[in-house]
Amino acid sequence: MSVTEIQFQTQGMESAPAQVIEGRSQWQLTWRRLRHDRMAVASMVVILCVCAAALMAPLVATWTGHPVLTPFPGKGTNAFGNPVGPGTHGFLLGTDNLGRDLLVRILYGARISLFVGLLTTAIAAVAGTSIGLVSGYFGGFVDTLLARFVDAVLSFPVVITALALAAVLGPSLQIVIGVIAFFSWAGIARIVRGQTLSLKEKEYIEAARSIGANPWRIMFVDILPNLLGPILVLSTLYIPTAVAFEATLSFLGIGVPLPTASWGNILAIANDYYQVAWWYVVFPAAALLATTLAFNLLGDGIRDAMDPRTERIFASSKAKRQRRRRTVRQKVAVPAEGS
Amino acid sequence: MTGALSDETAQAWPTDASMADDVLVRVENLVKYFPVRGNGLVRRTVANVQAVDGVSLTIPSGKTVGLVGETGCGKSTLARCIAGLIPVTSGKVYFEGKDITNLKRRVMQPFRREIQMIFQDPYGSLNPRRRVGAIIGDPFAVHKTATGAERKRAVQDLMARVGLNPEHYNRFPAEFSGGQRQRIGVARALALRPKLIICDEPVSALDVSIQAQVLNLLADLQADFGLSYLFIAHDLEVVRHVSDSVMVMYLGRVAESGPGSQVYTKPRHPYTNALLSAAPAADPDAAASRRRIILTGDVPSPIHPPSGCRFHPRCPKAQELCSEQEPQLETKPGDPPAHLTACHFPVEAGENLADAVMRSAL
Repeated sequence: MSVTEIQFQTQGMESAPAQVIEGRSQWQLTWRRLRHDRMAVASMVVILCVCAAALMAPLVATWTGHPVLTPFPGKGTNAFGNPVGPGTHGFLLGTDNLGRDLLVRILYGARISLFVGLLTTAIAAVAGTSIGLVSGYFGGFVDTLLARFVDAVLSFPVVITALALAAVLGPSLQIVIGVIAFFSWAGIARIVRGQTLSLKEKEYIEAARSIGANPWRIMFVDILPNLLGPILVLSTLYIPTAVAFEATLSFLGIGVPLPTASWGNILAIANDYYQVAWWYVVFPAAALLATTLAFNLLGDGIRDAMDPRTERIFASSKAKRQRRRRTVRQKVAVPAEGS
Repeated sequence: MTGALSDETAQAWPTDASMADDVLVRVENLVKYFPVRGNGLVRRTVANVQAVDGVSLTIPSGKTVGLVGETGCGKSTLARCIAGLIPVTSGKVYFEGKDITNLKRRVMQPFRREIQMIFQDPYGSLNPRRRVGAIIGDPFAVHKTATGAERKRAVQDLMARVGLNPEHYNRFPAEFSGGQRQRIGVARALALRPKLIICDEPVSALDVSIQAQVLNLLADLQADFGLSYLFIAHDLEVVRHVSDSVMVMYLGRVAESGPGSQVYTKPRHPYTNALLSAAPAADPDAAASRRRIILTGDVPSPIHPPSGCRFHPRCPKAQELCSEQEPQLETKPGDPPAHLTACHFPVEAGENLADAVMRSAL
C-alpha cells in the first residue's frame, strides 16, 4: 500500500463530522465514582451538617435564649450545683458545670474546631506543596537544605513545643493555629517532593523546557496539576488530625483559652463530672468523633475514587449479580457439551 | 511501506563551500559526558559516560538531516544538546552563525522559538492533566505572543493544519490515539514557527500506517514553512525516505555521513554495512538473496569505550591499527567530497562483508 493511499484513507476518517464533546476531566471522573461510594456520601452529609450547625450556632443561641457564655444557675444546675441532664428546663443536651447550655457550647465549639482544622490544613497544604515542589524540582543544595528542615520539623516533640510556647506567650487561638500548621506541612512537603522527583523526569516536562517555560511555570502549570489529587487526599486526611490536635491542646489547657468554647476545653472540664453528668462527656466527644471520622472516611473515599484500579469496588450490585449468573450458566453448560 | 518509501529520496546535498550561508545549524566537535558519581559522602566523579564524543554536523536550511544508530549511541543526547535542553561538556553549537552553546535560559529564549522538538513517546510527551488546547497554546503563553481568543484561534488553526479536529480543543490527551497525539506534539512544535524541528524518533512508537501519515505531514510542513529537520530514528528506511543527508553514529562518534543516496547505496564503513544489511527488506526475493552481516557481541560500555576505532571489537575487518589509532572522519578515495567515513579500511564496492564475519567467527 502506498503512503499516499494510506494518508487519504485515514485523513478522511479523522475529519469526520465534528461532535462538540468536552473532554471529561479527572475531577469529573473522580466525582462520578465518589457519588457511588455510600460511605463517602454519608461522610459528606455529616461534614455538611457539622458545617451548617457551626454556621447556625448564633441562631440556635437566639432561639433557645441561651447565649454561649451565660450561666443559668438554678435553672441550669440542680440542688447540688451539678449540671442538669438533657431535656431539663429547655436544655436540649443538658448543661455544663456552670449551668450553660451544652448544645450551644458544642455548636460554638464546632466553629473553633472547623476553623482551626480547615485553616491549619490550608496553610499546611500551601506551604507543604510549595516547599515540596521547590525542593524536588531544583534538587541539589536547595533540596538538601529543605529536606533537612523537614526532618527537623518532623522530629520535634510537638506537645512539649506547644506547652513551652503556651507557657511563655500564654495560651491563645493563634498559638494553636501556628503550632498545628507548623507541624503539619512537613508531611505534605515530603510526599510532594517525592512525586515531583518522579514527575520532573517525564517527557512533557522536557517539552515544556524546550518551548522555554521558566522553572516556576513548569512547577505550577505542568507539575502541580498532576499532584492535586494526592494533595487533596492528604489534606482531607489532615483535617481530622488538626481537629483532634486542637482538642488535645485545649484539653491540656494550652489551646483555646476559656471561656471560649472548644470541644477540647469542654471535655477537659467534663472530665471532672463524668460520674454525675454523662451527657457532659458524651455529646462533645460524639461531635468530635463524628467529625474526625467523617473527614477520615471522606479522605479514604476520595483516594479510592481517584485510583482507577479501585473502580470495581464501586461496581453496581446489578453487575455483580449478572456476573454470578453467567458463571452459573457456564457451569451448567459444560457437562451438556461434553455429553 | 518500506518499498514504496525508498525511491524518491536522494536530493542534492550541498557539496561545496559556497552553500555555507545556507547553513542553519553548525555543531562543532560536540562532547557530552555524564558523570558517574561514587556512593561515598563526597560523591566524587569516578567515571564518565561518554554519550557524545566529538561530533560535528551541519544542518542546511530547508533540508533534513537523518541521524541513525543503535540504541544508546548518543543520538538523543546529541539532539538535546543542540536543543539546549542539557548543558554541553565541550564543543560549540551555532544557530545561524550565532553561538548558542550553554546559554542562560533568558538569553536562550529567542532561540527557543527557532528550535523546537518533537518527542518519541506520544504518551509521555503530553501532560495528561492538561487539555489539548492548553498544551498547544503553551508556546504562545510562554512567549506571550497571543492571548485569549487570539490564542484559541491560533491553536485551532494549528490543529486543523496538522489534521486534527479543531473542535477537540477541550479534550484531554488520553482521548486521542497515538497518531493523533503525535500530531498534537507536531502542532505544539510548530506553534512558534520555528526554523528547525528536532524530531527525536517521532514515529518509532507508531503503527506503520500511522508512521506514513505523520511522515507525510512532516514533509508537507517542511514544504510549506521551509523547515529544517534533524530527524533521529533507528528505522533506516524511514530515515532514507525523509533525509537529504544521513549521519550514522556509533557509540558517541560519527561512523559515516553523507548524502542519503551515497550512504545507502555505497556504504563505506563496516558498521553502516552491517546496519543496512540488518534492515528488513519488503521484497521477499531480495530478502532471500542478500546476506546479513551478523555482528558479534554487544555495544561496548560508553563508560569505557574501546581504544582507537570504537567499532573495532565487533568489526569483521579490524586489524591491529584499528585498536591503536582513531580513524579520522574523511572522504575516502573514489567518494564524493560530502561522503565522509571514519574507517582505516573502508569497505570497497563488491566486497563481501558477510563472509568476512563468518570467517572471523570461526
